[in-house]
Amino acid sequence: MSTAPTRYTGTAKVLHWLIALMILTAFGVGFYMTGLKFSPEKLKLYNWHKWAGVTIFMLVVLRVLWRLTHKPPPLPDTMPTIQKFAAHFGHGLLYFFMIAIPLSGWLMSSAKGFQTVWFGVLPLPDLLEKSEDLGKTLELVHRWLNYTMIATVAGHAAAALKHHLIDRDDILRRMLPGKNA
Amino acid sequence: MKKTLLVAALFSAIGAISANAAEFSAVQADKSSISFVSKQMGVAVNGKFPKFTTQLAFDPAKPEATKVNISVDLAAIDAGSKDANDEVVGKPWFNVRMFPTATFTSTSTKAVGGGKYEITGTMNIKGKALPVVAPFTFKADGNTGTFDGTFALKRNDFAIGEGSWSDVSMVANEVQVSFRVVANASASATPAAAPATSKTPAKTK
Repeated sequence: MSTAPTRYTGTAKVLHWLIALMILTAFGVGFYMTGLKFSPEKLKLYNWHKWAGVTIFMLVVLRVLWRLTHKPPPLPDTMPTIQKFAAHFGHGLLYFFMIAIPLSGWLMSSAKGFQTVWFGVLPLPDLLEKSEDLGKTLELVHRWLNYTMIATVAGHAAAALKHHLIDRDDILRRMLPGKNA
Repeated sequence: MKKTLLVAALFSAIGAISANAAEFSAVQADKSSISFVSKQMGVAVNGKFPKFTTQLAFDPAKPEATKVNISVDLAAIDAGSKDANDEVVGKPWFNVRMFPTATFTSTSTKAVGGGKYEITGTMNIKGKALPVVAPFTFKADGNTGTFDGTFALKRNDFAIGEGSWSDVSMVANEVQVSFRVVANASASATPAAAPATSKTPAKTK
């Protein structure tokens, strides 16, 4: 008997929480490191941040592929259409940030003249010529994409908690560890 | 017999004159450059020294008589970013207040064939004088000669980046330095240099 799934697949859950953890860490490190004075620690954090960004991007590519080939559980019928729309829109926005933010960071690094070398071993091509103005613009783009992402993430988490604590439905539980009911 | 000797003498005289004429010494500062590549956690970062003066006497027929003196204004360094520029002039790095210039003075030069040469000299940076060997190529285009070379310096040998910066896992010890020196042959420099420079398009502002 093939019915619509009620929970996300194990792979989807792992990717969701792993990427969530990595994004929050990379965001925190990114926020902290920019204020540091020039030092070996600062260079180290910048490189770690960039490596994390590349890694997140690769996981996101996997996640998108998985999402396109595995139908997620549908939203409950009890949800008003406007809320369903808001949920889909928010998720779309989060996917947009997951792709746009690492890309903007990579391009910003190129424009600033610092190639991204994944784990100090695998060099990513520089798609942009070094340019101070473009570097500054992309820095702003990267920064504001991050601020709007973190606001969207906060909304996402608040909505999940609202479903769990107020609506008392399965929305949050279906992304938590546990067997398919 | 006498005639042959005379012709030989004449030729050698011409040879001497043309050898003289081919001494490249009028350095074209605006066409010359010194750049370097440092590695930060595996990331190659390009930099340059935009201000330097070169005294040069090079005759491809007598490379062993080469004399080179390069003096680099370290404060003008471009280390790849504003952060880095502010940092590397400071005490742990070049300490430009105490040591404003780096110099290279040649001691010997030899041809290794195929337009390639090897120059040995003393590099003086931050009060430390160490021998360096730099291979270079020389190409003459009429009156203009171009020297291109790359060599590696170990920054810690000169105490460039002291304290926590001396950690080579952050900034690699080895720094690749590349130079290009363009010089006109001096003997005929006066008549030929003028049209050569006037040919370069005037910079529009």
